Amino acid sequence: MLLNQFLLLSAMLFCIGVYGVLARKNGVLVLMSIELILNAVNINLVAFGALTDDVGGEVFALFTIAVAAAEVGIGLAIVLLIYRNRRSIDLSEIDLMKG
Amino acid sequence: MSLLAALSADADLYVAQNVFFAVIAAAMIFSAVRVVTTGNVVHAALWLVVVLAGVAAQFILLGSEFVAVTQVLVYIGAVVVLFLFGVMLTRASLGDDESVGDEKRGMAAVVGVLLFAVMAIALIDSFEDGRLVIENPQSVNAVSDAIFSQYIVAFEAVSVLLLAALIGAIVVARKD
Amino acid sequence: MSVVLGLAASGSVPTSSTVTHSANWFLEYAWLVPLLPALSFAGILFFGKRMPYKGAELGIAAVALSFLLSACAGIAWIQHHDDIGYHAVQNSTQWLQSGGVEFSAGVLVDGLSVMMLLVVTIVSLLVHVYSTDYVGDDKRYTHFFAFLSLFTAAMLFFVLSDNILQMIVGWELVGVCSFVLIGHWWEEKPNSDAALKAFLTNRVGDVGLIIGTITLFFAAGGGVTFDTVRINEAIVQGEVGHTALIVASLCLMAAVMSKSGQFILHTWLPDAMAGPTPVSALIHAATMVVAGVFMIARLYPVFFEGMQIGGSSINLMATIGAITLVFGGLLAFVQDDIKKVLAYSTVSQLGYMVMALGVGAWTAAVFHLFTHAFFKANLFLGSGSVAHAVHSFDMKKDMGGMRKFMPKTYVTFIIGSLALAGLFPLAGFWSKDEILVGTGGWGLLGGTGGNGAYTFHLLMGMFGAALTAAYMTRCVYLTFHGEFRGDRSHGDPHESGPRILVPLYIMSGLAVVAGFVNLPAGFQLVGDSWTERFGHYVEPYKSSYFPAIDHATPSWSLAVAASAVALVGAGAAVYYYFVKVDRLADETQQSLTELPDGLSKSNGLAAAGHKVLVNKYYLDHLYEGVIVAFTKGPLARAAYWVNQKVIDRTVDKAGETAVLVGRQVYDVVDQGVIDGFVDGSGRVSDATGEELRRINSGKVQNYAAILFAMAAVLAGAFLIIFAL
Repeated sequence: MLLNQFLLLSAMLFCIGVYGVLARKNGVLVLMSIELILNAVNINLVAFGALTDDVGGEVFALFTIAVAAAEVGIGLAIVLLIYRNRRSIDLSEIDLMKG
Repeated sequence: MSLLAALSADADLYVAQNVFFAVIAAAMIFSAVRVVTTGNVVHAALWLVVVLAGVAAQFILLGSEFVAVTQVLVYIGAVVVLFLFGVMLTRASLGDDESVGDEKRGMAAVVGVLLFAVMAIALIDSFEDGRLVIENPQSVNAVSDAIFSQYIVAFEAVSVLLLAALIGAIVVARKD
Repeated sequence: MSVVLGLAASGSVPTSSTVTHSANWFLEYAWLVPLLPALSFAGILFFGKRMPYKGAELGIAAVALSFLLSACAGIAWIQHHDDIGYHAVQNSTQWLQSGGVEFSAGVLVDGLSVMMLLVVTIVSLLVHVYSTDYVGDDKRYTHFFAFLSLFTAAMLFFVLSDNILQMIVGWELVGVCSFVLIGHWWEEKPNSDAALKAFLTNRVGDVGLIIGTITLFFAAGGGVTFDTVRINEAIVQGEVGHTALIVASLCLMAAVMSKSGQFILHTWLPDAMAGPTPVSALIHAATMVVAGVFMIARLYPVFFEGMQIGGSSINLMATIGAITLVFGGLLAFVQDDIKKVLAYSTVSQLGYMVMALGVGAWTAAVFHLFTHAFFKANLFLGSGSVAHAVHSFDMKKDMGGMRKFMPKTYVTFIIGSLALAGLFPLAGFWSKDEILVGTGGWGLLGGTGGNGAYTFHLLMGMFGAALTAAYMTRCVYLTFHGEFRGDRSHGDPHESGPRILVPLYIMSGLAVVAGFVNLPAGFQLVGDSWTERFGHYVEPYKSSYFPAIDHATPSWSLAVAASAVALVGAGAAVYYYFVKVDRLADETQQSLTELPDGLSKSNGLAAAGHKVLVNKYYLDHLYEGVIVAFTKGPLARAAYWVNQKVIDRTVDKAGETAVLVGRQVYDVVDQGVIDGFVDGSGRVSDATGEELRRINSGKVQNYAAILFAMAAVLAGAFLIIFAL
């Protein structure tokens, strides 16, 4: 197998995730897209770990999974808070940072 | 194309793996596209499950069984359920997501394609001849040894992070 | 504790030649010194409220014990030094291991750290005692003492660090404690704002600190060690590339600028006066702000090589110091708040230290740190004593004539002021003179040498000396002389109690004698064995981890000239305040803070007496303003005028010009340029924002799109440049 086939798959997933983050209005769907990005990173880590025969890649993939779990927890809590305050999780309505 | 040529060069050794890879990758990309385009939030979560399972399969192909198992347990088992709870609690319309403007989609697509182009060029340029030879899967022993000796500090840091996230989530979401 | 050489396995870095691992008990167990206050922090936090004196006794006991240990360590170090020379004592143990790199924790005891231990513990001890009275009825009394202990422990930990990673920990701990203590009375918004400002300004520098540390770790530590001594040795032996050292020294300089209040990151320091006065004394004398100076001193090879100090006549560090010292001195002129005068004075004095390090006068800088700690703590505690009596810090509104009410505080404050102004033979004279000598810019009548010809910095130093003397005179006049201007409805203010006065006595005593520990070489009145004791025991000269700096030769002519300059500065201010303002005050039966004509017209002080003043000083006024008016005056006073012309013209104008320049600097540079820069950048972005309104939509996803697109473009640019 080639290293590049994994890396390109990962790049593809990453870009689909970026598209989702940018295009989605629903906060929960944005978080799902972020999960796609994190999984793309994990594929990269494990693929490079396999290339160099180093266990570090796997270890950090595991850490990423743990961090992603924490991220989802916090992210959903924030979305919930937004929903409670505004009765909507439409990100295009949240423009308090407007200049 | 050089990629195909390179694939066929070691085809005698890894035919099965390459076939599996191609099938899973195609399924993953299709599902990922559905995750970010489907109008139904619950459907999106279910498509996400397919992508995550595909990632786990890729981990197995790469010989990282433990990570694959963890991926299934944590992601499919916990994170997706969490998402479904999120969908339920925010009472997001279970039907179609409200229409997203074409302008926004166009912008996102341009950025995504641009990013992919840059990454693809860089990757092909840098790792053209990187070959993976996986004879034995990484043993769980090796992973655990590394975590609890070499990377113990990072492990502890992640533990603290999880604790902080736990408390943070409670504080943020609590009804006052 | 096991005596383990940290990272003995690393092969690439040469082994230390002037570091030893066993020595006198007090040197080997120096880690007890920071441990005791740290334990007392925990003790006070958990049990303080149940103690008879609410935890204060535990803090005082711990710091007193630390002080005793430090004093013993000082004596032990002198013996150790006499026995085997400058051999630092290092004890370290493995802290943790991650990713193949071992992290050690330990103490590095040498002259510098022992000196710092002494200074920190003595100032902290006196501040502890002082605080029992000063914040005696505070509702967070116990909390205050707990953090005072932690603050002390953090600083002691910092100065004993034997590796740069540990230094970061100490550095940040000091920052956190200062945040907590500056914001002690956080119920009032300005106080919590000041605490936040201090903390956030320091964060700016911390970015530099972290990048600098990482650079040093890879460039000088070989990617295996953070050990200070090894890093310094590698640099001294020329094994480190110059580019890496430039990067490291610049990054660390940013950290020093924020921590030690150097121009332009000094703005947090005056605001930090919002904290209780004992905390200000601790921050300004011994802990927080000298951390930056200490770091330069500890990692001196980095800066010496990185900034190319030797053989040059200008470099970034010395210039920042020189600008800071003049700038701070000018700002001190126009402050009405007594603590702010002292705060800007600290900025100015820190400028001296940084400048001294920048010109290669290591010992002079560290010596000035040492003496400054005593007289600045003295002044701060003195100002607190006055403020405690009048419940205000405003010199113009609520003070004046305090010498009648607080004669004891007055005497100690005068001693501190004279020491700060650098008058012979008080502490400040010796250290300031040494800094000026160290610039190597004095070619007159012998006494030059040093690491280069820093003439510009010498001139700035001299000017700063005049400024220092002048603003302290102003401060003393406004606080202690004239008539009391405050509120007498609660009776007259009265002298503070013994728990405030005794620390003041001790501090002023030290401010008198501290200078004698480093009499200049060739000082004729005492034997050679009594000169340069401080430099001899503190400076790691000729040890393996110190650069080969040159020492300048002291010169009588420079000492006389610097004293003369300081006296001129003081004289001008004395003439302005004690003679002219005082006389005017007598004539008008009012307590004045400055002359109503000239600059202070806008102040609107003494409105009733103003007419009288105009008539009385009509001539004077014309004289100062227009020369033509001279002829209009009555002929009978012509002779008087001529007399005035000589004195007033020079002295008065000098004083007023200094005030004017100070105010200008404050208005234009501090308030105008720096604030204007901030405002201006806001306005620019506002204007650009109008143009880019479509992008600046407030929608997170638009920002994210720009972010990703720009990252892609940037990556593409790199790709085109480097790969294709």
